[in-house]
Amino acid sequence: MIETIVHLLVLFGLVGTALMVFFFRDLLAATLAAGFFSFLVALEFYILQAPDVAISQAAIGAGLTTAIFIIAIRATTRYEGEESR
Amino acid sequence: MKMSKIVRTGANILYPFVLIFGLYIVLHGHLTPGGGFQGGAVIATGVVLVIVANSYEAVTGMLQKVVFKAQESLGLLLFIGAAAIAITLGLPFFYNFLANSGSIFGLSVPFGPNHGDLNTAGLIPIMNIAVGIEVWGGLTVIILSMLSGLDRKEA
Repeated sequence: MIETIVHLLVLFGLVGTALMVFFFRDLLAATLAAGFFSFLVALEFYILQAPDVAISQAAIGAGLTTAIFIIAIRATTRYEGEESR
Repeated sequence: MKMSKIVRTGANILYPFVLIFGLYIVLHGHLTPGGGFQGGAVIATGVVLVIVANSYEAVTGMLQKVVFKAQESLGLLLFIGAAAIAITLGLPFFYNFLANSGSIFGLSVPFGPNHGDLNTAGLIPIMNIAVGIEVWGGLTVIILSMLSGLDRKEA
């Protein structure tokens, strides 16, 4: 019972964070939402009893890709639709 | 865009703990979930935390891309070297000659349910360490290459 509730929470969180990534105008906030999405995917892998994949997903998805996006935002503009410098 | 002092201090405090956790995943690769790739990715995440939090000049002064390229090559050489030693002993390529030999990582696995002994499995932990070193270097080179696209004055 409790597992089903946690599972449903994770799945609704996945949909919510994906919508956040789509609608945020602040690209830094969207990147952090994508990182949280990745973290929830890792949690989902752990619930489905694949801890190996969960560690990979947490390190690569939530850590490295978020860092790459933050570096890319540093080199360009922070808000969507802003004029490039 | 400069990161705030809170971010920099947090990254500097968190860095050694992430490093230790990654090394734990690499060294216990043959006993627990994880292994060379996962542990190396966790260690690289710790390095990347410091890279993102600090300014461009501080990072390029601290971390050279050449060092991590050499580290990547060292990991690959260690992997293929450990596999090739078996040929010089007259055994097949990748043969696990260290298992049950009594030397390093050479104890036999006890029978039945047990808590897991770190000093077992022969060549597999050495392969895990080699892959960990290689992934650590490779992923850090990716981030440093990404960082070198920045203009110096803007970062």
